[in-house]
Amino acid sequence: MRRGLAGRLRRLRVAAIPAVLVFLASCASHAPQDSLKAHGPVARKEDNLFVAVFIVAALVFFLVEFLLFASVFKHRHRPGRPDPIQVHGNTKLELGWTVVPALLLVGVAFPTIFTIFDLAKEPTKNVLPVEVYGHMWWWEYRYPTLGISTANEMHIPTKTPVRLSLRTIEPGLPAAKGEDFAAGVIHSFWVPPLAGKQDVVPGRVNKLTIQADEPGDYPGQCAEYCNLSHANMRLRVVAQTQNDFQAWVVQQAKPVVVPGGGDAAAGYKLFTGRGTCIGCHTMQGVQGATARVGPNLTHLMGREKFAGDTFDINPENLNRWIHNPSKMKPMRPEQGTGMPDLVDTGPHLTDTEINQLVAFLTTLK
Amino acid sequence: MAVAVTQAPARPFARPKSEHGFWSWISTVDHKRIGILYGVTAFLFFLVGGTEALLIRLQLAGPNGKILTAEEYNQLFTMHGTTMIFLVVMPTAAAFGNYFVPILIGARDVAFPRLNAFGYWAFLAGGLFLYSSFLLGGAPDGGWFGYAPQTIGKFNPGHGIDFWLIGLIITGIGSLTAAANFIVTTLNLRAPGMTLMRMPVFVWMNLVVSFLLLFAIPVITVALFELFFDRHFGSNFFNANLGGDPVLWQHLFWLFGHPEVYILILPAMGIVSEVLPVFSRKPLFGYSVVVFSGIAIGFMGWGVWAHHMFAVGLGPVANSAFAASTMFIAVPTGVKIFNWLATTWGGDLRLKTPMLFALGFIGEFTIGGLSGVTHSIVPSDYQQTDTYYVVAHFHYVLFGGAILGLFAGVYYWFPAVTGKLLDEKLGKIHFWLIIIGLNLTFGPMHILGLQGQPRRTYQYPKGMGWEMWNGIETLGAFIIALSILVFIVNALKTARSKEMAPPDPWDARTLEWTIPAPPPAYNFAEIPVVHARDDFWHRKYTEDENGRLVRIPAGGADEASGVTEHGGGGTTTAEHDDHGDGHGHGIHMPSPSYFPALAGLGIFIIGYGAIYHWWIGAIGGLILLAGIFGWGNEPLAEEH
Repeated sequence: MRRGLAGRLRRLRVAAIPAVLVFLASCASHAPQDSLKAHGPVARKEDNLFVAVFIVAALVFFLVEFLLFASVFKHRHRPGRPDPIQVHGNTKLELGWTVVPALLLVGVAFPTIFTIFDLAKEPTKNVLPVEVYGHMWWWEYRYPTLGISTANEMHIPTKTPVRLSLRTIEPGLPAAKGEDFAAGVIHSFWVPPLAGKQDVVPGRVNKLTIQADEPGDYPGQCAEYCNLSHANMRLRVVAQTQNDFQAWVVQQAKPVVVPGGGDAAAGYKLFTGRGTCIGCHTMQGVQGATARVGPNLTHLMGREKFAGDTFDINPENLNRWIHNPSKMKPMRPEQGTGMPDLVDTGPHLTDTEINQLVAFLTTLK
Repeated sequence: MAVAVTQAPARPFARPKSEHGFWSWISTVDHKRIGILYGVTAFLFFLVGGTEALLIRLQLAGPNGKILTAEEYNQLFTMHGTTMIFLVVMPTAAAFGNYFVPILIGARDVAFPRLNAFGYWAFLAGGLFLYSSFLLGGAPDGGWFGYAPQTIGKFNPGHGIDFWLIGLIITGIGSLTAAANFIVTTLNLRAPGMTLMRMPVFVWMNLVVSFLLLFAIPVITVALFELFFDRHFGSNFFNANLGGDPVLWQHLFWLFGHPEVYILILPAMGIVSEVLPVFSRKPLFGYSVVVFSGIAIGFMGWGVWAHHMFAVGLGPVANSAFAASTMFIAVPTGVKIFNWLATTWGGDLRLKTPMLFALGFIGEFTIGGLSGVTHSIVPSDYQQTDTYYVVAHFHYVLFGGAILGLFAGVYYWFPAVTGKLLDEKLGKIHFWLIIIGLNLTFGPMHILGLQGQPRRTYQYPKGMGWEMWNGIETLGAFIIALSILVFIVNALKTARSKEMAPPDPWDARTLEWTIPAPPPAYNFAEIPVVHARDDFWHRKYTEDENGRLVRIPAGGADEASGVTEHGGGGTTTAEHDDHGDGHGHGIHMPSPSYFPALAGLGIFIIGYGAIYHWWIGAIGGLILLAGIFGWGNEPLAEEH
């Protein structure tokens, strides 16, 4: 009876341990941020190496677990069995299981090191450079050759290597000098379907190449703990055909369309005046509205989500957000990290004014 | 250790006299009682850290969890990691080291009994100091790795990080004194004939860990001080704007942090190396290879730290070098696994609870070791680092490895400490529940990490495909919690039971089983003379020309070892020694002292001085000085 139960439990364990392997099957489920479903050459190189090494590791795993279970079943105590032979060691065997794993690892080391150098290569042909800035807690993208900037959603053309320069702050900006730790904290830019992550480190400019085979929406997020709202620092890369991408660039380069009348026009006045919005946000075409503390809002409605790719952009959410941003997404505006409460502090916006602001924001195609 | 002092200088305080009750625990300098203090304290912290883990798992059971706020979640995962590493696994290993290293080498005491007591009080002071942050404005939220600069200035207002910094500096003081004490004890106090290559593997691993601590703790202490200076004194070690570098913190932290991983796992490996031969009734396969691979791990552990930093942008040359060194540290680790398997092979395996935990260690630790090798594949680590894949990896190493190994030690040595056997049936239920629970909790984390779930996020949105496995993990965590409840029931039940274990209940191999249980204060009535590795075993058995075991006739064994009815060489002495303190036997043991605890209290108060007001620090400083002064002027032992 006891042995029967133990046997059943042991079989259960056999089933539980290699749960690791079930991941192969589980990849079939819909996980858009899956690092094992490569949608570009960079991620593919990384995944191929992983799969190869995983197979070797799985073989070693089965060998060890097999020996463990075999030993337990074969040599477990049974009444009447004579005492075991006292083996103290075996030099040949021990040399064997030192040298064989070492050779196995040498075999793994070569492709690893080749791929490390391969991935570090600067792409040369037909490269689109993009500057990525990690803020607390959102992403800013600037396209230096195209003269445009956007936030959280990065548009890229397919089949084109996109060379990212990752940093927290632009050297030379007033905030980059003097003020204590204005350079921000460490983040990590990660879009699993396109490439592994690369940290964004204050004081450094790191490089990363991403490239997409096919048009699509590729989600990612900050992968280095950046304190309070780390979980809400998401992002997405929107890969488009060359034509679609060009059209997007043309649209992004346009200045704001000033609303003719109604709530939206009142909102525009608030945005550029009493509401103090341009103290932090860029609005292309408005004199002096070039601040980069918060995202460039000129084409806000061209994006799907806001606040670090966290909330759908719609009037209700925008309304709630302006009422008290830290309530929707934890931030520390009193410490200068995150959007302040504009109702209880600063301009003390009224409900009507917030409606007007939202009316304006929703015109920003 | 029998130090006779001819003249006691005048002192302001009376020397502690009590041998039972609360004050006897405060003033004890007996390495065994200090070991128990370490063990019990660490277990209480284990319950706290485990509760934090359960809250984390409840929050993540489904998408957009609402049980905790971001702030609370960040505090809990920081405290969970810090607690489990510094306040659970390290002190539990120290508990076994304290209790058993002197006995295993045939010594009556450690080299520095009062320093040893002080080490415990510093550990307790650091732990309580750290946890007082919950009552004083909020716990630290910078992660156990405390990366700069998110732990500095406006990015981290409040005192949480200060509690973390000072708390770890204080526990570090305890670790350093413990390390120095272990090294001197192991090298200088071995019984005659106990050569280094006859020492039990657990003693060896404890020695390696002590050296690792001795060199690693100063590195983290420097880093902690620098961060404290950046926070409070306007220094700019980690301020990129003014020429500092946040990456400096990472180098310092991981230069400590990776040896720390081996500090956590080597003691468990030592315990497993003790348990497997006993329950296989065979000697450890390749003793010297197991010992030297442990030493090799100790050395190589210093050359792999940047594998925590592959995504930082150190460049392809550095990444390749650390990839190679990381792969090769897998070799001595793998050697140990195969030697353990070979130890069981051909044995007569008694599947008692300690053995089950040791076998579980092999099975689970292998998973963590192999996923560790996959981290050294830098290009795929770009995907895996900072995801749940890494969380899976180190929980297989530290829970499937260290915790299972330490539980093997608890079940194995419980009768040596208390004279009573833990219940086998409950022990087996504990084992199977913890195995099922840990694989359900940590197994799916591999999958989630590869599916892109990052660590240290208090919420994840719907539609990421992560819901099912997260739900299963939460279920697994509660199965682990249930298994720990079973263990607690077992321990309480056994403590109440009157039934005493037979002497040498496991038919074991080493010296702790030659003395009565619980052991007298002086451990050995007569210092043993050691003739072989596994000396006790060789007093009981010999081998015929085919390598078969032959039992030495019963009378012979008793004669050789002094084993008697109550397991040890103390029967004759016990007649004369009704206190069990050696007084009646003419053995002078160090007398208890209040001063190590007083010094620990001083350091505890100084910690608050560093955070609040200088005068609190001054009071703490005076108490510390009084502690050291009294300690320095007190003779080690009283004249009788």
